[in-house]
Amino acid sequence: MNIVIKNGHIVDPSQKIDGIGDMVIEDGKIKEIISHKSKVKSQQKNPPTPPFTKGGSGGIKDLELRTINAEGRVVIPGLIDMHAHLREPGFEYKETIKTGTAAAVRGGFTTVCCMPNTYPVNDNASVTEFIIRKAAREGLCTVYPIGAITKGQKGEELAEMGAMRNEGCIAFSDDGYPVMNSLMMRRAFEYSKSFGVPIISHCEDLTLSEGGVMNEGLLSVTLGLKGIPSEAEKIIVYRDIMLAELTGGKLHVAHVSTEGSVELIRDAKKRGTPVTAETCPHYFSLTEDAVRDYDTNAKVNPPLRTKRDIDAVKEGLQDGTIDVIATDHAPHHRDEKLKEFDLAPSGISGLDTALSLSIRLVEEGVLTMSQLIEKMALNPSRILGLPLYGLKGMLRPGADADIIIIDMKKEVRIEASKFVSKGKNTPFDGWMLKGIPVVTISRGRIYEWQ
Amino acid sequence: MLNKKDLLGIKELSVEEINLILDTAAGFKDVLKRDIKKVPTLRGKTAVNLFFEPSTRTRTSFELAAKRLSTDVINFSVPTSSVVKGESLIDTALTVQALGADFIIIRHSSSGVPHLLAKKLVASVINAGDGTNEHPTQALLDAFTIKEKKGKIEGLKIAIVGDITHSRVAKSNIYSLKKLGAMVRLIGPPTLIPKEIEGIGVKVFHDMDVGLKDVNVVMMLRIQMERQGKGFFPSTEEYFKNWGLTPERLSLAKGDVIVMHPGPMNRGIEITSEIADGPQSVILEQVTNGIAVRMAVMYLLSGVKR
Repeated sequence: MNIVIKNGHIVDPSQKIDGIGDMVIEDGKIKEIISHKSKVKSQQKNPPTPPFTKGGSGGIKDLELRTINAEGRVVIPGLIDMHAHLREPGFEYKETIKTGTAAAVRGGFTTVCCMPNTYPVNDNASVTEFIIRKAAREGLCTVYPIGAITKGQKGEELAEMGAMRNEGCIAFSDDGYPVMNSLMMRRAFEYSKSFGVPIISHCEDLTLSEGGVMNEGLLSVTLGLKGIPSEAEKIIVYRDIMLAELTGGKLHVAHVSTEGSVELIRDAKKRGTPVTAETCPHYFSLTEDAVRDYDTNAKVNPPLRTKRDIDAVKEGLQDGTIDVIATDHAPHHRDEKLKEFDLAPSGISGLDTALSLSIRLVEEGVLTMSQLIEKMALNPSRILGLPLYGLKGMLRPGADADIIIIDMKKEVRIEASKFVSKGKNTPFDGWMLKGIPVVTISRGRIYEWQ
Repeated sequence: MLNKKDLLGIKELSVEEINLILDTAAGFKDVLKRDIKKVPTLRGKTAVNLFFEPSTRTRTSFELAAKRLSTDVINFSVPTSSVVKGESLIDTALTVQALGADFIIIRHSSSGVPHLLAKKLVASVINAGDGTNEHPTQALLDAFTIKEKKGKIEGLKIAIVGDITHSRVAKSNIYSLKKLGAMVRLIGPPTLIPKEIEGIGVKVFHDMDVGLKDVNVVMMLRIQMERQGKGFFPSTEEYFKNWGLTPERLSLAKGDVIVMHPGPMNRGIEITSEIADGPQSVILEQVTNGIAVRMAVMYLLSGVKR
């Protein structure tokens, strides 16, 4: 089927497009973008560049043509989530590839990278192959697995990165179980260079954070909950920056939550260290105050921090220190969260809400729409490299038809019970947010909502 | 009557509410002095001691308080092992409620458990100690004891000595004594006092001799042996040398100082026997007052219609 999206406000930072136009999609690929030159909004700031082709839409087959009127709406590349937990295989009661990708599509994501902490762990090619095949059969969007750095995520022996890479892993991480042994981490950085893939590091000094369930500070003292100091994150961020400098391996810092980490990464980038970083919507939307009522839905690792940290994370997003907004989508079953705060698992179900929460940054003036798309589509594509780059995170002719259409004005009440994800664990229940996708096109397939 | 269903912590109480509990407890203390120590106030009600942590004294105190009010009381001890076997906390609590409990008195090793249950239950939830959060009835009985001995709390200098970080007794006492107008000092090694705690408006001393100067009340905390050798302090001997309460140290306080301890005591580790058994000690009176205060709490919570 061929699709024409008419009269939308198209934004694509990869081509510096920011204006009204039409888009033609043929056989699951973007064919061309036709600018309504007179209506281009950002003409002064960003004069239209060559990819804005002029003229008519000749060459479209008339058969099976679907026209979508996107007038008054924003048309952007489908988002890429670099950090999600799809839970399959092993924890299908929390989420499956099918439900997780359905939530992704609902939330505007057309590519999801899934962390290896499944059961069995994705530390070998056969698990990778299982995920890829399952995603091809049941997934609503593209899925790229992230393989484990070490066997069983135990931090003791390198996993077969090469074999997993061949099956489709695009990065490696022991997310949640950070490699504590510095020598092992050094080897991981060195070995990963053979395949040019990034090492995604969940930075947490496990000895320092042991037993902790929230941010360390006056509030943790007041609530009688064991705190995790921000130093637990900073120490490993710094260690991994040092190791990336030593080895030349690519470091991607996962879910940055503290002011100190932002500063360390900023300094490293100035020195030219091969480091990139991500944060998640909850780290710029909520402070530790969200756990005041012992709300286990706000229990997440790293923990929610302070206003100061939120401001630093926003600054890091603004000045480019933080390249990516990922979800760290961590769905859990209701019964698991309905527990003693100490015993409830960490994590927030994020795919349904990430875009709307991030669009608040545009409303606040922290990011432009174009920068937001960089953080949520283009930069993940660049960081993860091939096979994404050129196909995903951009609206260039020839790229996959992964496109979302957003109604920026419509305000929607977040209702956890209506999440598409199986995980209803969110601290954002009841929030009023703008910018929910009304159409998601994933590899040429159209999903629409009222 | 308290206009609330639950007693979750001192944090959640106003000064007026604390004073109401203390005044009511005074009336119940008179009952305890009688030959027949029982009143029909809450006859027909049922209280359940739901204890997820071993406890003898607090549980017995609540049990006696309920019995003195003519309330039927059941002890429902949940050894941690059976929790591990499967039943969730909420299911256990709902089961206890279905047995007909009007009061669920809960002790649990995780902070916030009473708060979670209070939301899920219609029964009154009374916090008998949650993790390192609060132990409100201990603080109330301590305040009652100080008031009884000193006539007032406002303006007193009160030192709390020991493991503040892991002590729910210390936390509840800090909140209650601050609300009642005392000047609170905390004394102990830096490993056992969270550095942020000065933000609540207390003074921290690591040198016990300095901290004890001119105080009216010394509250000793129990040192838990399992903290030894875990990096909190190297040995009980070294702890005692620096933070144990000896007659020499106590002489730095005001002449009419009283010494308190929530029990059970470690003689020779945090407190010497001379002091524990000496004239300044009010430790056994604390125990007696505990029953009166817990009677007051149950009585005052029974007024809310459910």
